[in-house]
Amino acid sequence: MSFPEPKPRGPVLPQKRLKTLDCGQGAVRAVRFNVDGNYCLTCGSDKTLKLWNPLRGTLLRTYSGHGYEVLDAAGSFDNSSLCSGGGDKAVVLWDVASGQVVRKFRGHAGKVNTVQFNEEATVILSGSIDSTIRCWDCRSRRPDPVQKLDEAKDGVSSVKVSDHEVLAGSVDGRVRRYDLRMGQLFSDYVGSPITCTCFSRDGQCTLVSSLDSTLRLLDKDTGELLGEYTGHKNQEYKLDCCLSERDTHVVSCSEDGKVFFWDLVEGVLALALQVGPGVVQSLAYHPTEPCLLTAMGGSIHCWQEEAYETEGGTG
Amino acid sequence: MAARDSDSEEDLVSYGTGLEPLEEGERPKKPTPLQDQTVRDEKGRYKRFHGAFSGGFSAGYFNTVGSKEGWTPSSFVSSRQNRADKSVLGPEDFMDEEDLSEFGIAPKAIVTTDDFASKTKDRIREKARQLAAATAPIPGATLLDDFITPATLSVGFELLRKMGWKEGQGIGPRVKRRPRQQKPDPGVKIYGCALPPGGSEGSEDEDDDYLLENVTFAPKDVMPVDFTPKDNVHGLAYKGLDPQQALFGASGEHLNLFSGRPEGASNLLGDIGVNKGRKLGISGQAFGVGALEEEDDDIYATETLSKYDTILKDEEPGDGLYGWTAPKQYQSQKESEKDLRYIGKILDGFSLASKSLSSKKIYPPPELPRDYRPVHYFRPVVAATSENSHLLQVLSESAGKSIHDPGTQSRHQLNASKRGELLGETPIQGSATSVLEFLSQKDKERFKEMKQATDLKAAQLRALSLAQNAASSRTQPPSQVVGHGSWHTALSGGTATTKASNFKPFAKDPEKQKRYEKFLANMKRGQKDALEHCLDPSMTEWERGREREEFARAALLYASSHSTLSSRFTHAKEDDDSDQVEVPRDQENDVNDKQSAVKMKMFGKLTRDTFEWHPDKLLCKRFNVPDPYPDSTLVGLPRVKRDKYSVFNFLTLPETASLPTTQASSEKVLQHRGPDKPRKPSRWDTSKQEKKEDSISEFLSLARSKVGPLEQESSPLVNKEEVHVKESLSNKLVNKDVDSQTEAGESRPSMDLFKAIFASSSEEKSSSSEDEQGDSEDDQEGPGEADFKSSQEELPSVAPTSEPAPQEPAPSFVIQKTQIDEREEFGPRLPPVFCPNARQKLEAPQKEKHKKNKEKHKTKKEHRRKKEKKKKHRKHKHKGKQKNKKSEKSSSSESADSSDSQSEEDTADMSPQELLRRLKHLPLRRQ
Repeated sequence: MSFPEPKPRGPVLPQKRLKTLDCGQGAVRAVRFNVDGNYCLTCGSDKTLKLWNPLRGTLLRTYSGHGYEVLDAAGSFDNSSLCSGGGDKAVVLWDVASGQVVRKFRGHAGKVNTVQFNEEATVILSGSIDSTIRCWDCRSRRPDPVQKLDEAKDGVSSVKVSDHEVLAGSVDGRVRRYDLRMGQLFSDYVGSPITCTCFSRDGQCTLVSSLDSTLRLLDKDTGELLGEYTGHKNQEYKLDCCLSERDTHVVSCSEDGKVFFWDLVEGVLALALQVGPGVVQSLAYHPTEPCLLTAMGGSIHCWQEEAYETEGGTG
Repeated sequence: MAARDSDSEEDLVSYGTGLEPLEEGERPKKPTPLQDQTVRDEKGRYKRFHGAFSGGFSAGYFNTVGSKEGWTPSSFVSSRQNRADKSVLGPEDFMDEEDLSEFGIAPKAIVTTDDFASKTKDRIREKARQLAAATAPIPGATLLDDFITPATLSVGFELLRKMGWKEGQGIGPRVKRRPRQQKPDPGVKIYGCALPPGGSEGSEDEDDDYLLENVTFAPKDVMPVDFTPKDNVHGLAYKGLDPQQALFGASGEHLNLFSGRPEGASNLLGDIGVNKGRKLGISGQAFGVGALEEEDDDIYATETLSKYDTILKDEEPGDGLYGWTAPKQYQSQKESEKDLRYIGKILDGFSLASKSLSSKKIYPPPELPRDYRPVHYFRPVVAATSENSHLLQVLSESAGKSIHDPGTQSRHQLNASKRGELLGETPIQGSATSVLEFLSQKDKERFKEMKQATDLKAAQLRALSLAQNAASSRTQPPSQVVGHGSWHTALSGGTATTKASNFKPFAKDPEKQKRYEKFLANMKRGQKDALEHCLDPSMTEWERGREREEFARAALLYASSHSTLSSRFTHAKEDDDSDQVEVPRDQENDVNDKQSAVKMKMFGKLTRDTFEWHPDKLLCKRFNVPDPYPDSTLVGLPRVKRDKYSVFNFLTLPETASLPTTQASSEKVLQHRGPDKPRKPSRWDTSKQEKKEDSISEFLSLARSKVGPLEQESSPLVNKEEVHVKESLSNKLVNKDVDSQTEAGESRPSMDLFKAIFASSSEEKSSSSEDEQGDSEDDQEGPGEADFKSSQEELPSVAPTSEPAPQEPAPSFVIQKTQIDEREEFGPRLPPVFCPNARQKLEAPQKEKHKKNKEKHKTKKEHRRKKEKKKKHRKHKHKGKQKNKKSEKSSSSESADSSDSQSEEDTADMSPQELLRRLKHLPLRRQ
C-alpha cells in the first residue's frame, strides 16, 4: 500500500494465484486468516493445526494435540491464542507462541464443526453436530460450558460471533441469531441445510449458504431476502462462503473446483475462479485486502489481485 | 573503618566504643543472647535488681546475709586489749558498699545540699508554707516565720545583698526611666497567691506623670520564664493547690459565656454547690471526689481556654430554638423536661431519648412439675428415617412410653420434615431424603404391603409376648418384658438381621458373639422369645438383662450403619414418576408454511420466528453486554411443562382441529414418505403443524394451491427436502379428490400411522444406508441423494496425499464406508480431498463397485423422477422467470426501472454501507 492513500479504486478481485502451499497435513479441512490477515491457519485431517505466513509460504508452527481431524480454527483478537475444534469432540485453546494446549473443553457429544472466539477472546463458541452451541469460558477453570444453546434441531454447521450476537446456521435449515443485548433469539427459516453463515462487515446483513446451491443475503433485523446468488454447486458438502473485504462481492466455494464471485448488489456472477479439479473445501478472505485463501485437497492457494506484485505488498 | 583515610576520619565524630578489629581468620562472635546477659557487681556476684533502677538492696549473697552459708555469728574476740582502739560506731559501719555509692542512702561523693539546690525546690516549699499560712487560724501568720527564718539564706542572696540588692528589686543595672508598667505577659504565669492589692504598684502608677531627670530606678523584679526541667514527683501539670479556689470555690465551674447558666452537675446539685462554697476546711476537689459529686474531671482546677465555648454550638437539632438566643421559656421548659425525665449525666454525643422504652415484660420461670428430677437420661439417638422407625418406636417403648400416634412423639424424635408436617408446611419438592421416594408407585405399594404385614405380625407378637409374660411378670421386671417384646418386633421388621453375617460386634467374646448370632437368626425367623432362648441360662438375671440390651443396641447400630448407604445416591435430575416434561414454551412453528414462503421468496415475517431468549449472566459479562433480563434466573428459552411421552410433544401437532387442507397435505407427506422412503426422518422435514390458525397460514395455503403447478416445474431448487414437498404437492394435486374425501373424516392422524413411520425407519435403517451407497455413485448431480451420499471419495484420498503410489482401494473402502455411516447421519459432508494423481486411480474402481449395487430399483426410480424434473426445470426456466417477476411486482411497490438503472451503474465507488442501503430498497432480482 502506498502513501498517501490513493483514490478509492474499484473493487478488484483476487484472481492471480500467488502461492500454492502443500500443507502436508492430509486434507485441509479449513483455512482461516488471523485477525489482521497476515497469517493463516490450516486445519488438517491428520490432527494437526498449522500456522502459516501465506504470502511468503512459510510454516510458522504446528499445533498437535487433537485426537482426530481438526475441522475449524480461529485466532483471538490479540493473536495470543487460537482455538480449534475437531472430530474428537473437543475444543482446544492453544497458546500461539508456545504451541501448547492451554485448555481442552470436552462436552460435545459429536464432532465440532465450527469454533469462534468472541470479540475479547474470553469465550469460545463451538458448534457441533450434536445440535448444540456451547459457550466455553476461557477465563475460569470451569470444565462445563457457560451456556449451551441447544435450540437447533440438527447439527450446527456454522457459528459466527459479533460483539453481541451469535449467528448460527444449522442443518435443520434455520439460521438462528442470538442477540445477547436484546435477549432474543431470531430464527430464520431457509429450508435447506445451512452450510455457512456470516455477517456482512457492516453488521447489517447475514449471508447464508445452503445445500440448495444458493446463497442468500438476508437483512439482519427483519429477515427479509436482499439477494440470492446461484450458479455454483453446493449440494453435499459443507463449504464456506464469505463477503469480500469491502462487502462488494459475495464469495463462495463450489464443488466443481471453482470459487464464485457475485456482485453483491446486482447478484450477477462476477467471476468464477478455477482453482483446481476437486472441491474447494474452504476459503478465507483477507479482512482488509483483496486476498483470498482457498483450500483444496491437501494444499492451500493464496490469491491476489492481478496488479499485485510480490515485493510491493505488505507480505 | 580501617579503609578510611586519616583526613576523612578527622571530620567524623564517633560515638560509643568501636568493636575490636577481628583477627585474621577469626569468626565474628555471636552476640550473647538476651537470656545469657547478666549483670554482676564489682566482686563478680550476680546483681539483683530490687528497685526500679538501681535502688533497693541487694541483700548479701543471693539475698542472703553475705555468705554462701548465710549469716554466721562471728567468734568471740576479747576486746580487752584493743578497747582503746574501738571508736564509736556510726551508721556507716553497718551499711553496705552500695549504700555509700552514688545512689545509695549515704553517698560519699560531694552533693549539693538543699540550701544550694535550685530555686524551684524552694518555691514549692514556699507555696506549701503560704498554703499553711492561708489555712492557719490567723491568715498571714506565717509572715512572722518569714521574718525569722531567713537565717539560712542562700549564698546568692547574701552575695546580692552585699552588692546592694534589696528584696523586691530586680537585678540589673539601674534604669533611668522605669519601663511602662505592663500587664504580665500571658505567657508568664503567676503561680501562687495573687499579690495583695494596693502597695507600691498603685502608687507607682500614679507617679507615672512626672519624671525626675537624675533619678534612676532599680529594674522591676520580673520573674523570668524559666525552662526548668521537671524534677518533682508530681503528676504532669500539677501546680499545687490554689487555696482560694480550693477552699472557697471561686472558680471550678465551666463558664458558659452564652447562656449564662452553668451547666452540669453543679446546677443539678445546686444546693450542695452552695454549701461547698461556704464551707471552710478541706473539702476540695483536689482531695478526690466526694460521694455526692458526679464529676471528677477537674481535680486540678485550672482555668484554661478550653473551658470556654469558642463557637456557637449547634448540637441541638430540631427547631432553631436553641442557643443563647432561644426564648427563655423554651429553654426553661426543655430544661424542666429534661430534669424531670432524667437525673444524671448525659454522655457527650448522646441525647436523651424522646420516646421512653417500653418496659420489658418479665415472664415468671416455668413451674417445675412435681416429679421433675434434674437429671438427664441420654437416649440413644436414632435418625427417624423410614427404615428404622420401627427401632425408634421400640426404643421409645423400652423407655416406658408406647407411642402410636406420630403427633405425640417427643420432639427429639422428629426430624425436620416431620416437624414441618406437624406444623402444616408443604413438603419441599425435589429434595426427597429417602431412597424410598424414588421408587416407582408399584414398588411403593409393595413396600407398604410388606410393612403392613410386618406391623401386623409385630402387633400380634407383642400381644403374645405380653400375654406370655404376664404370667412370669413376678420374676421379671415389667419394663424388661415390654422392652424385649418391642426389640423383637423391631428386629423382626427385617432391617438389621439380614446382613448380620459380616457385622460382629462381639468378636472378642466368641461365646457372646455366638449367642448374638443366634439371637439374630432367631429374630429373623420371627421367634418371639429369641432373646430368652439364646441367652446363657447360667447367667444371673442382671447379666441377662444387660446382654439383652447390648444385643438390641448392636442390632440397631448395624441397621443405622446400613442406612448410610442411602446417602450414596443422588437425586435424579428429572422425576421419573412424573408424566410431565419441560419443553420450550415457544416452538418454531410450522415448517410447511415456511417452506412455501421460502419458495415464494417471501423471506421476512413469514420465515422468521422471534423468541425471548435468556443469555447466561456470565456470558453477558464476558461479552460486555448488560444482562437483558437482570431479574430472571432463567437461562435459554422459557420452558413449560408438558405431557411426557407424547408424540405430539415433539411433533407439535395442533391441539385443536386445524385447517383441513394443510393437515391433509402434511399427512400426505408423511404417508408418502413412510412406506416407500425408508429413511430415518430427520426432524426438519417432518412437517409440523402450526399451532395457531391465522390469516397468514390461510393465505399461504391458498397461495400454495395456486402456485403449485407452476412451482413444480419452475423451481430451481434441487434439495431433497424440496423434492419431498414437491412430491407432496404434486401428490396432492393428483389426489385432490381423494383428499377431499379424507379431509372430512380425519382431523388428526392416527397413532398407528406414526408408529408405522417410526418403526419402519428404525428397522430399515441399515438397509437404507446400503441404498444410499448405491445411490451416491449413480449420479453426482442427483439431488435427492445429495444429503445421504456417503463420502467415498472423501476419505480414501486422505491417504494418497502422503503416499501417492497406486493403491488398492477395495479393502479400506468398505471399512471407511461403514465408519462414516455410523458416524454421520445428517448434515453436509466434508468435502473430499482431490489429489490430482490419486483421483483417476480412485474413480475407476469406485464405478465398478457401484455397478454391482445398482439393482436397487427403488432408488433408480426415484432418480429417474428427479432427472425428469430437472429436464422440466430446464425447459421452463424462462417460465419461472416470468412467474418470479410477477411475484416480484406484486410484492414490491418500488419502481423496478429506477433500481435497475441504478444497479447497472458501476458500484465500485460506493461504500459498503451505501451499497447495502441501496440494496435494501432494491426489489429482488432473479437470474
